[in-house]
Amino acid sequence: MKELKILAVVVFFTLVTYYGVEPYAHHAMHKKVDANGNEIVYEHKGFTYPELKMPEGIKGNAENGKALSAACVGCHSIKSQNMPAPMDALASAGAYGVNPPDLSDAGALYDEGFLFHLMKNPAHALKVEHKFKNGKMHPMPPMAGDDQSAADLVAYFKSIAPKAEEITPKQAFESACGRCHANRYGKWTQIGDVPKTKKNIATGKDPERLKFDLKVADYQDKLAKYMGKLPPDLSIIIRARSEHFMENFIEDPQSELPGTAMPRVGLNKEGFEKVIAYLEETGDPSKPKRQAIGPWVIGFFIIFTLLAYLWKKSQWKDLH
Amino acid sequence: MAHFDNAFPFSEKWLDQRLAINTLKRVLSTEYWIPKNINFLWAMGMILAATFGLLLISGIFLLMYYIPDTSKAFDAVNYTIMSEVGYGWLWRHIHGVGASVVFLIIYIHMFTGIYYGSYKKGRELIWLSGMLLFVSFSAEAFSGYMLPWGQMSYWAGMVITNLFSMGSLELNGIVEWIRGDYVPGQAFLGRFFMLHVLLMPLLIMALIVLHFGTLRIPHVNNQDGEEIDFEEAAALWKAGRRKESKVIPFNPVFLSKDVFVMGVYFILFFYLVFYHFEFAMDPVNFDPADPLKTPAHIYPEWYFLWSYEILRPFSKDVGLIWFGFAQVIFMLLPFLDRSPYVAPANRRRPFRCWFWLLLIDMVTLTIMGKLPPTDPTYAMIGKIAAYTFIILWFALPFITMKEKLVGGKK
Repeated sequence: MKELKILAVVVFFTLVTYYGVEPYAHHAMHKKVDANGNEIVYEHKGFTYPELKMPEGIKGNAENGKALSAACVGCHSIKSQNMPAPMDALASAGAYGVNPPDLSDAGALYDEGFLFHLMKNPAHALKVEHKFKNGKMHPMPPMAGDDQSAADLVAYFKSIAPKAEEITPKQAFESACGRCHANRYGKWTQIGDVPKTKKNIATGKDPERLKFDLKVADYQDKLAKYMGKLPPDLSIIIRARSEHFMENFIEDPQSELPGTAMPRVGLNKEGFEKVIAYLEETGDPSKPKRQAIGPWVIGFFIIFTLLAYLWKKSQWKDLH
Repeated sequence: MAHFDNAFPFSEKWLDQRLAINTLKRVLSTEYWIPKNINFLWAMGMILAATFGLLLISGIFLLMYYIPDTSKAFDAVNYTIMSEVGYGWLWRHIHGVGASVVFLIIYIHMFTGIYYGSYKKGRELIWLSGMLLFVSFSAEAFSGYMLPWGQMSYWAGMVITNLFSMGSLELNGIVEWIRGDYVPGQAFLGRFFMLHVLLMPLLIMALIVLHFGTLRIPHVNNQDGEEIDFEEAAALWKAGRRKESKVIPFNPVFLSKDVFVMGVYFILFFYLVFYHFEFAMDPVNFDPADPLKTPAHIYPEWYFLWSYEILRPFSKDVGLIWFGFAQVIFMLLPFLDRSPYVAPANRRRPFRCWFWLLLIDMVTLTIMGKLPPTDPTYAMIGKIAAYTFIILWFALPFITMKEKLVGGKK
């Protein structure tokens, strides 16, 4: 009994310390306050973007949208419809600052209201108006048509998009993040997968790889100029940021990092989950193994402890 | 001249003639006497030894793949070990969790010693060698923290090495000498790598032997601080009067309890390794070191927070002085405690209050050490706690000088 009381004291002080230096300290350190010192709490909206709703009563026509999409492929590719990109990644970055995304999966990964408003007013939907003021234009021009045309395009992209479950986590990452962010553990660069090349045995050099690396460096140059700095590699970001941070930040980058150059990318819930799945694959690949082995190791020590208890009992039985 | 007859090679007799294994076994285990009047806190030493063992073994595996190069270290740890090496993630999580938990056990072990007065009347060297172990574990932990070369490695390395400029003395030459550069870089990483995998572990192992050695003559203390005649008690035990004897042999009686407590500990330990390792692996350190980007908050691991909070609330030079004070003052405990009695704190007044105040104060310092000092409430609590710490230590000789034991001397 006395031992249990002592244990209770030890556990109490341990837990108080733990609570203070972990949950409580992290809350206090990441608290956001306004100019008057009042705490700002960002309300997560579950990737629904309430201020980017489609207007009521408007219904898109995919057929019309298909015709209108001719305006998109001037810059974007739609590979699933055999529409190649007009320029390669490097040239695109030269022209726009960043390579525009392929639109094959757009209808499945992104919120429809977001896509609608993206076409009407890109800087607003992307929440980067702070970067494009005083006459500076966003590289994607707002479309000329009316609400109906925008709705038609949204309907078109939804009609050609594969079902969400057919899109791999990696594809979601490429579309939403991968043109600004590399992922070296996933062997991904901003201009695509690192190619499988071979060294020349005679020289020990790999010229193909060197050429590719040079291209990546050139692309990053342009990207860094456009964004203000090179966006970070996301290989292991899943362990560097909390789940809570990732959720809020991807839904609205300004909520966690006011003034950041990162746009709101408009992922819907499924799209977000896929991106996170990819980041876990590269940044925390041991998760499934931990979950598989954990119970066995702990089970082993429970049995170990029970046996040790019996041994202790037998050794101490005639001592008092 | 020793006697060697025709014993079968490697049989017990053969080994005993050459190595005196029976004597060794008797001296080190079956006739190494431990008081019977103890509780599970007496198992913390073995738990520390076991945790050190886990750190050593996991460290050996990690060392096979770690590369002490500023451009490769981060990925060697976070990619090679975590995704390419079979079970590399398990070794790393054991190593990371072990490094944090070992300090929890060290603190429990220390406060057990303080509570039961196990640092005086012949046990001063146990305490001092233990404190040397604490210092070397701290150096081991800090040097290990540099190795992943993440943001917190880099900036903690920057901040801690800066302390050696001694405030207004501005001895920047010493800082550069330690770093081998103006800022933490390749030379710095290589040096801390060497410290972490060679010099500090050697020192720790030597100190562990010394720590065990210091226990031998004064023996382990007991729950009542009772002075036991170990020879008499051992004779009773050997005569089969186990109930009357006040001692038990280390092996198997004490060990059976140790192993049980260790089992409970390992359940908790591996629960942390598999399901709750984040507390020991700070998220900030999963961002690669970036000399151009200072993290918003720089803080040490939890086990250094209390002394950090004695540095932080004061102006530069004053803070450094009290920080230095906090580093050495525990060493002086056996000499600052003027009371002749060895007894649990609850029987020593007013030492009892001193003990609980110190414990609560150190928990407070630890928590305040991580909270942002920009908040005036936290800063104020931290400052009061720092003053309390200092006052407690200055008061110790005076409050122990005329101590009376509750219930008289047993």
